[in-house]
Amino acid sequence: MKKRKLAGIFLSLSLSAGVMAGCGAASTSSGGSSGKETIKVGANLELSGGVASYGQSIAEGLQLALDEINKKGIEGKKIKLVKVDNKSEAAEATNGAVKLVSQDKVAAVVGAATSTNTLAQVQIAQSNKVPLVTPTGTNPEITNKDGKVNDYVFRTCFIDPFQGTVAANFASDKLKTSKAAVFIDSASDYSKGLASAFKTAYEKNGGSIVAEEAYVAKDTDFRATLTRLKAAKPDFIFLPGYYEEVGLIIKQAREIGITAPFMGGDGWDSPKLVEIAGPKALNNTYITNHYSSGDPDKKIQDFVSAFKKKYKGKSPDAFSALGYDTAYYLADAIKRSGDASPEKIAKALAKTKDLSLVSGQLTLDKNHDPIKSASILEYKDGKQEFNTKINP
Amino acid sequence: MELIQQLVNGISLGSIYALIALGYTMVYGIVKLINFAHGDVFMVGAFVGFYSITVLHIPFVLSLILAMAVCALFGVLIERIAYKPLRNATRIAALITAIGVSLLIEYGFIYVRGAQPEAYPGDVLPEHVIHLFGAKINSQSLLILGVSVVLMIILQFIVHKTKIGKAMRAVSFDAEAAQLMGINVDRTISSTFAIGSALAGAAGVIFGVYYIKIEPLMGVIPGLKAFVAAVLGGIGILPGAMVGGLLLGVIESLVSAFGYSLWRDGAAFVVLILILIFLPSGLFGKYRREKV
Repeated sequence: MKKRKLAGIFLSLSLSAGVMAGCGAASTSSGGSSGKETIKVGANLELSGGVASYGQSIAEGLQLALDEINKKGIEGKKIKLVKVDNKSEAAEATNGAVKLVSQDKVAAVVGAATSTNTLAQVQIAQSNKVPLVTPTGTNPEITNKDGKVNDYVFRTCFIDPFQGTVAANFASDKLKTSKAAVFIDSASDYSKGLASAFKTAYEKNGGSIVAEEAYVAKDTDFRATLTRLKAAKPDFIFLPGYYEEVGLIIKQAREIGITAPFMGGDGWDSPKLVEIAGPKALNNTYITNHYSSGDPDKKIQDFVSAFKKKYKGKSPDAFSALGYDTAYYLADAIKRSGDASPEKIAKALAKTKDLSLVSGQLTLDKNHDPIKSASILEYKDGKQEFNTKINP
Repeated sequence: MELIQQLVNGISLGSIYALIALGYTMVYGIVKLINFAHGDVFMVGAFVGFYSITVLHIPFVLSLILAMAVCALFGVLIERIAYKPLRNATRIAALITAIGVSLLIEYGFIYVRGAQPEAYPGDVLPEHVIHLFGAKINSQSLLILGVSVVLMIILQFIVHKTKIGKAMRAVSFDAEAAQLMGINVDRTISSTFAIGSALAGAAGVIFGVYYIKIEPLMGVIPGLKAFVAAVLGGIGILPGAMVGGLLLGVIESLVSAFGYSLWRDGAAFVVLILILIFLPSGLFGKYRREKV
């Protein structure tokens, strides 16, 4: 019932969009998903607002990849990018998706950077049968809600719990630890998801969890809890949180004499972390991330130098790398789809296997979630250094 | 050993609460107003300190004094603009205004400079670790305690040994009688706001140096906690605010120490409720019988 109503709304929306498009028919008729020379791909990104830096980084990576792809073309066709700014707001992300699908008639949509803004577009992609690929939305619900896979929704990054598993394997195999403590942000699903995956994998590896503590975002004094953690004598501390609290926690932990290594996920990845914790306190800490610009792998180094050439020496972050990969991921599917229609692209995306990308080999599992490698970075005197790559 | 460490943690946290609580208690003592904007003066102090250290490159002690001066001026401005016109209005009107002023400062500040946090530079003060009975004590925690104690002694001196202090005590005792004796009540109230806000400003700078991260909404929770501390000690009584602040800091640390870190903020407000039920005038307050 509800679905039918929604479909009705979309139908009327697309009808009115069609009427409006009539005014500029001469310019739009040459486009279209089944056009001969160009394939339109939409990008619905956070180009302004609270997390504008995420969206802009993705757009830069995406543009660089499309420039490269269009040099050769995909069987004679070129990809044309149509960008909309969702202003970092979920409602705008929905509006943007409607516009891209009904007015611009794109073959696929890239975006958004955050899980929330991607979730706001899932329904549009599903009911219009247009594939949606998020480069960096890590929430598991995007592709798989209540055990049902969203046929038209994909992602280029790994999902949250995977980082916890990778961290556990690194802690047991590479750091040879056996007594871990877990310190989580009790208000964040991201933090809880990583922590429970970590615990499962760490215990499976034969380690034990000697202490579990929690904090609430925006806390500033962690000394009391850290003193308690210290008494449990862990040789490894897993701290999946965001950089603001993580910075303070590490600084205060080192002050009261905790020397054990700390480890977290991509939530640490911000220059503010180094400012808050101080470079010295951050020594002997590690994070899992989607990619590292310091990885000696040739594919990565070629990407880094091409990116620096195009954007005046700027070093690409993980968002740019995943934006770049998303373009190649789509291009590969478009090539295999044959006629570049949205439905066939979606089917081709779902069958992606062993695709070599900057952020690792990408194979999709049955939930449309990539199985791929994660990079481990180590902080040395305030700088991230590539440590190792862990394959799933 | 762990207990000593936890006590040290609690006392450093408590001395920041105590500095803020002093301002609450002074203002309440004199105009019977709970100045909810006080936590935001604390935030402004932290930012003034931050900018004077990072932009003007002046040393810690001068930054502290500058932040105190700016906050004193700011406190007087708040009083003159928002509270003075309501001097003879009902107390609930003044209280609601105080909440409004608090929100205005917080969101006005975000509007002007954005909500992103700042980090105090790590090298403002030298850091040493002192070992005491097996506990590791950061020299900065001792410094916080030192600065707080010195400021409190100065405050006691001002209130008990100077003319303006005498005027304050007189106005808090009976404003009308004080006026009849030739005391300028407006000026006395302004100086109370100035001194209280200067202490909040100092607390802001100390907080920044100790906890590094500052942001526009940082004053909300410490402000509420300091209010609890002031009530705990007996609102309107200066030594009560100091003891209340330190006690609250230690209680919070011990709650975390026993593994209930998520209950820490709750514990502070349970203390408030218990005090209001069993000792409404606070630890240091005298029970005053209602006159019939």
